[in-house]
Amino acid sequence: MMRLYADSSKCTGCRACLVACSLNLFKENNPKKAALVIEAHFPAPGTYKVRVCTQCGKCAEVCPTGAIKLNERGAYYVDMAECNLCEACVPECPEEVMFVRTELADTSWKCDLCGDCVSVCGTGVLWIAETETVVA
Amino acid sequence: MYGYGGQILRINLSNGQVTKEPTPPDVAREFVGGRGFGIYFLTKEVPPKADPLGEQNKLIISSGPFSGLLIPGAGKCDWTTKAPLTGGYASASMGGHFTAEMKYAGLDSIILEGISPKPVYLLIDDNKIELRDASHLWGKGSIAVEKMLKDQYGEEFQVAAIGPGGENCVSFAHINHDYGRQAGRGGVGAVMGAKKVKAIVLRGTQSISVADPEGYRKAGMELFKACKEAEMLKEWSSYGTTIVVSWCDEVGALPTRNFQAGSFEDGKNLYGPVMRQKIVITDKGCFGCPSPCGKYSRVQRYDTYVEGPEYETIGMIGSNLGLSSIEDVAHANYLCDEWGIDTISAGGVIAWAMECYEKGIFTKADTDGLELKFGNAEAVFKLIEKIAKKEGIGALLAEGVKRAAQKVGKGSEKWAIHVKGMEQSAYATHNATAMLLAYMTCDVGAHHNRAWAITYDLQVGRERVAPEKVARVIWLQHFRPMFDVLGGCRLQWVELGIDRNLYLPALEAITGVHRTWEDLELVGERIWNLARLYWMREIDGFDRSWDLPAPRFYEEPPASGATKGQITRFEDVQKLLDMYYEQRGWTPQGHPTPQTLERLGLQSFVN
Repeated sequence: MMRLYADSSKCTGCRACLVACSLNLFKENNPKKAALVIEAHFPAPGTYKVRVCTQCGKCAEVCPTGAIKLNERGAYYVDMAECNLCEACVPECPEEVMFVRTELADTSWKCDLCGDCVSVCGTGVLWIAETETVVA
Repeated sequence: MYGYGGQILRINLSNGQVTKEPTPPDVAREFVGGRGFGIYFLTKEVPPKADPLGEQNKLIISSGPFSGLLIPGAGKCDWTTKAPLTGGYASASMGGHFTAEMKYAGLDSIILEGISPKPVYLLIDDNKIELRDASHLWGKGSIAVEKMLKDQYGEEFQVAAIGPGGENCVSFAHINHDYGRQAGRGGVGAVMGAKKVKAIVLRGTQSISVADPEGYRKAGMELFKACKEAEMLKEWSSYGTTIVVSWCDEVGALPTRNFQAGSFEDGKNLYGPVMRQKIVITDKGCFGCPSPCGKYSRVQRYDTYVEGPEYETIGMIGSNLGLSSIEDVAHANYLCDEWGIDTISAGGVIAWAMECYEKGIFTKADTDGLELKFGNAEAVFKLIEKIAKKEGIGALLAEGVKRAAQKVGKGSEKWAIHVKGMEQSAYATHNATAMLLAYMTCDVGAHHNRAWAITYDLQVGRERVAPEKVARVIWLQHFRPMFDVLGGCRLQWVELGIDRNLYLPALEAITGVHRTWEDLELVGERIWNLARLYWMREIDGFDRSWDLPAPRFYEEPPASGATKGQITRFEDVQKLLDMYYEQRGWTPQGHPTPQTLERLGLQSFVN
């Protein structure tokens, strides 16, 4: 299974990835409707932290309507027609990148691994690769 | 209108009235956005001879059609006003994320009018717009205030704030944003301070519509691809503007001890790789930037954090003050940011004061006991605070180098390095005629960003005085500022060398209006000429004498460094101006002719 990875130490906080993400997910220019998060920690320690979806699938497990499905890339995505905005998925997400913001959209949203964020990032923060298998 | 926020927001601070009006389509057509909107509203709405710090002046903050969109570096915000520093036109370009947020709030311009009876900050949360009490913020540093407001409102909000320098109306006070991006020049922060606005806190959550979504996405992606494939990307992103420190030192363009020379014997301590190794902790980008020039630093010696120093600050606060430690320069940069004053003008006016001290015009009785010698970092730190507070000698220096030198006299006007009252930024121009002309004729005073011609000088012969050099300066003055009109950044074109034609399909897909670069350069020329008319309107007797450089560049050849013994002759200075005026369609006194105004559609702005 593939997933998105981020090296936060390379992030410059430019947010190009957020615009690219909203363009793909919603066909809109609106970084508030992106499926990854950049936290800025300034003035000290002066670093950014990038939070991305690991495709762990916990959101899909708890979704009561089955709206979170696998796409052709093997990534979980939200079938927006089937989301009932119950928000059950939101607290389950370990990376806090499962979104319900009814003032912005009448559906939940998450990363569907389109890769557009990777395409626009100029500093190599983001990449898509096989999920690492961790043996317990 | 596609690609625009669609609205102009007006805040009348005197009576608290908030109004919105649709962005006028004809203004968008003729002036496009950003600094084009700025000069339009300034000329149309601020009455002639208004006091820059008075109720009639306005602070006009504008985004452009690129702002906030999928365009590399779409984070440039224009701040236009009547300049407290010069009495003429000010247009300061600020990077960061503010302009994108304006667009997401549906705003093309925010116009601050009048004067608030008490300190306030402006809160814009989409359609909720309020003036809130800022008495608890007044007196605090701009970085501290940004932190307080971000903690209160959250990460999604963008903040632009003034420091004590702005509150006290220091004539070169700036506006600070994103912990280290500034609207720096001309005293825009003093105007905000005079209006008693401590900060603007802004969030927008609305989507921006474009004319051709698929074409736009494709063109935007092409631009990002070109940036990422550029050969210079890695090196530029590693050093940002500090990449040129060593080059300037080698060719004699690095201002040293108040521009007495162009090479600094300790310059190597200030070079980009040294800074990167010693203090840089994070690369920091403006909105949508794939090639981040922002270098965020930690100075352990002083326990301070600062974005920078940029090249200009290294030149003006470093070599120009004889400071040879990058840590000292970075700390002084932090102090300027926190206290709210422009590093370039601060460096210029402090260098002038140091020269006054070394020449015996100032004694310790004049300097509040400070040993104002070049190289004294502690004195620089103290002076920055004194300037922001207008305390002791700081009150004199807070007026800017032109007025300070006029007050002190004794020949010190000769080493007040400015044009039109704006301190010259960090390129020594003893023998670089295109760059010298660029400073002489820049529309806000001696600033570099309109026409950065110094590398061109070296390419074609730095001492040459020829029509093609003048033509190059004029072209740059139209082309480069177009990025400030569009609300984007020029550096992907300048530094990464991407094909400028890649921007055109993006602009067309965003706005739905087909434009060539020739069309855009005509808009640039229109703006340039309107700014010239503004100077003529505001300053009685405005003529070619206002375009002369500091005498140092035609009277005092450097005694050391790469430009030792070199100078531009005064007759060549005059020749440059003659050629410039002729090519622009201006009179020998530097006034646009009626034919020029007609060609540019500016007749209605006269009378």
